[in-house]
Amino acid sequence: MPTITELRASYQSGDLSPSDAIRTLADTIESTDREIQAYISYDTDAALAEAAKADLSLPLGGVPVAIKDVINVKGQPCTCGSKFLDGKYTAPYDAGVIKKLRAAGAIPYGRANMDEFAMGSSTENSAIQTTRNPWDTSRIPGGSSGGSAAVIAANEAIAALGSDTGGSIRQPAALCGCVGLKPTYGRVSRYGLVAFASSLDQIGPMTQTVEDAALLLQAISGHDAHDSTCVKEAVPDFNSFVGQDIKGIKIGLPKEYFAEGLDPEVKSTVEAAITQLESLGAEPVEISLPHTEYAIATYYIIATAEASTNLARFDAVRYGHRSENAANLIDQYRRSREEGFGEEVKRRIILGTYVLSSGYYDAYYLQAQKVRTLIRKDFTEAFEKVDLIASPVTPTPAFKIGEKSDDPMAMYLADIYTISANLAGICGISVPCGFTRTDDGKQLPVGLQLLGKPFAEGDLIKAGHAYEKSTDWQKTAS
Amino acid sequence: MTTATANKYLVSIGLEVHVQLKTNSKMFCSCPVRYGDEANTLTCPVCLGLPGAMPVLNLGAIKRTIRSGLMLGCKTPPVVKWDRKSYFYPDMPKNYQITQFDLPLCEGGGVPLYDLAYPKEVQKNIPEPGKTIALTRIHLEEDVAKSTHHATFSSIDFNRAGTPLMEIVSEPDITTPDEAFAYLNSLRQILVYAGVSDADMEKGQMRCDVNVSLRPQGQEKLGSKVELKNLNSMSAVRRSLYYEIERQGEALDAGELIIQSTRRWDDSIGETRLMRTKEDAHDYRYLPDPDLLPLHTPELVAEAKIDLPELPHEKVTRFEEDFGITHYDASVLASDQNLANYYEQAATGASSAKKVANWVINNLLGVLNEQGLDITTCPLTAENLRELVDLIEAEQISNSQGREVFAALLESPDKTPSAIAKEKGFEPADSSEIDAFIDQAISANPGPAGEVSEGNDKAINFLTGQVMKLSRGKANPKQVGEGIIARLRG
Repeated sequence: MPTITELRASYQSGDLSPSDAIRTLADTIESTDREIQAYISYDTDAALAEAAKADLSLPLGGVPVAIKDVINVKGQPCTCGSKFLDGKYTAPYDAGVIKKLRAAGAIPYGRANMDEFAMGSSTENSAIQTTRNPWDTSRIPGGSSGGSAAVIAANEAIAALGSDTGGSIRQPAALCGCVGLKPTYGRVSRYGLVAFASSLDQIGPMTQTVEDAALLLQAISGHDAHDSTCVKEAVPDFNSFVGQDIKGIKIGLPKEYFAEGLDPEVKSTVEAAITQLESLGAEPVEISLPHTEYAIATYYIIATAEASTNLARFDAVRYGHRSENAANLIDQYRRSREEGFGEEVKRRIILGTYVLSSGYYDAYYLQAQKVRTLIRKDFTEAFEKVDLIASPVTPTPAFKIGEKSDDPMAMYLADIYTISANLAGICGISVPCGFTRTDDGKQLPVGLQLLGKPFAEGDLIKAGHAYEKSTDWQKTAS
Repeated sequence: MTTATANKYLVSIGLEVHVQLKTNSKMFCSCPVRYGDEANTLTCPVCLGLPGAMPVLNLGAIKRTIRSGLMLGCKTPPVVKWDRKSYFYPDMPKNYQITQFDLPLCEGGGVPLYDLAYPKEVQKNIPEPGKTIALTRIHLEEDVAKSTHHATFSSIDFNRAGTPLMEIVSEPDITTPDEAFAYLNSLRQILVYAGVSDADMEKGQMRCDVNVSLRPQGQEKLGSKVELKNLNSMSAVRRSLYYEIERQGEALDAGELIIQSTRRWDDSIGETRLMRTKEDAHDYRYLPDPDLLPLHTPELVAEAKIDLPELPHEKVTRFEEDFGITHYDASVLASDQNLANYYEQAATGASSAKKVANWVINNLLGVLNEQGLDITTCPLTAENLRELVDLIEAEQISNSQGREVFAALLESPDKTPSAIAKEKGFEPADSSEIDAFIDQAISANPGPAGEVSEGNDKAINFLTGQVMKLSRGKANPKQVGEGIIARLRG
């Protein structure tokens, strides 16, 4: 598929119209998605209607964008990958990012699959369908924004929006070989994003190139009066960072991120990428993020505590799955939630309920908040010495479907390099940096993660683009 | 409570009062706060708890709460925050309520109990006059939706969901049901003065839960507290407490243990019934709300201090000083802010502010009460009342003529007192006319006239009455009396 930049150029030259682009996508989806299973729903007629009146003078005029099925788009279903909402909820309003996308001329088209309520790292927790990695369909696409990554890798979308709570944009982007950017907490409105963990969630672009990520980020960034945590910080011109050179920038390499548990092939691929950055003028500096080992435990206390209250609204009173066998109100709550939620969601609700319970709050939640402060401090101190931090995105390439389904801890460890950025609230990007090869000869993408200072998405774009331009990893699975 | 119970046990009562704030919009969204609309029409994704919706603080509600706190002598911490209080109930769309757990908007302070705030029959015999009930805290939260229970189903109206609700928590300093009544009355008066709420319990704008415990005289530690719910009027609060104190006293007398529990007041039969015990209590699992940032308050507090309204007891003192009226009269007038405003308007610039107070308290309030009106719907304007009092003071008309003019003004509010006096032919009699009447009265009543000459003052009143009759009330009785003395004793 053309990139956003290319698509815009063909619109300008008149070679292509937005309707052509939608039709081409629809054809690809028809032929491809039966196998990939990345879209939960898509409304081609509605998209064509919008394409017909697209204003091409706008920054994203006529550009179709796939939307993770956790973001409210007025008049469209929003399943969150859950049986609880599938067929039982139609969004009556547009999320903040959707309003901004529309204002920039983009056309929301197609709802991408995901782990139920964004809880998972493989999209296997979707109650709707199992999405396959376009590079090797026996493997997972990553998660929770697995659908958003897969539609790009499978040529079923130009660009997509994902959401990242512990790595859910960067990790599937890495495993599917596309670009995924998690903005700084507060850069992008969360209004209309169905909350998993409110202090960690952030919506971000998933694209074919860094330049596209800059364009999409530009469109969705900025204050929203409906989200008190969305800051009034001025939004820079992200595109101006595209093409800037990176001579002399200091790139920190956290020793904890290159230690035990990292697949040797992934390690050598990422190290090669760092050497490449060095050849472009960057200066690698070894750093330490000493509290890294506590990140996963901290994350699973804070995220589940918040999730347990965020998901309390799914009670079958006003919308959603209502059990038909309930004897009374309490029974209706119990059965509807028992039937409507999947295993992982229930596991996290129970965990979060437990850590907030009377007598346990101090030992778990309060303690986790203290550790979170230490983790944030690790980054603040590191960023006094370096401009960016580089690391792998994931410890391994995409694993086989079903491989970790019965082992939640093994699944949680897949997020070990991405989780800290959410706890610290900083921004990060995953850029394709090569491949590993499977025993049966298939290529599996590897991602390079760059982490930046708060509100320094421009630095990620600058370094990401410089790297991308000097390599040839940006291609989609064929 | 009976004397027996009172002698044997110490009673501790604490009140949790919820007050709906008078704001244009809801606590966390821009839906209007309004009553009487069609059910579920004043709603949006936020107050319906739809997936993805997020709360935004209503600054107006925060300012009103800070102002209430300042008027009640509370302190506002420099940083406050909001928390999620989790429990499942269909009237709460998120199944958590956004409230304030450990950093509320106001801490400390107190409610002074005004004499007139007590039930009428005990006002003459208040055990601890001038007592102040200490407050623990005031926090700001969202109201839930309104449930209506039918035979086979329940319905929910979310129009009320998200209305700003201030919770005012007192220390267990209240010792009698009458004091609890006075507390609510005094608190309401201050909140109305603050302009933050109409605080009408009958309309649900002010709601109240009560905690009450008994312990033997001499015991330091408080007894197990019992919470009373479903108290829909101040009188229900008072009656339920009388009942509950007696019930607990009898239980303790019988050697029973009071267990921490919640009881529901049934107003029709006048009893409390057990709802649940501590074992069934919720674990609310408070969590700082990650959707709302902590709020820094110093600027808001400084701003609120600038135009802080006068407190009721401050107004009483000012009325005493500025208008020279008694403490009692000032208290009656200040007990209702609108009445106080009316009085102040009438009394300012009047020839006798004291007489204005008398007219308001002795004449006007009675008439309003008879006609089912209140001071805001009073047909007589403050300006006209002032003019009426001025006419009497200037001896343009007599007191009894004044009462006639007053009655006529209530019928014809558009006319002025002097116009009515003129219509009725009430004009001050000239002195030669009065002298003629005096002569006439003396010659017609030689007996009493003789008594006056001999120094009997009672007979002066009789003759004065005769002159007043002759003048058809136009004469000034004081002048007449002086004239009679001059004639008979001169």
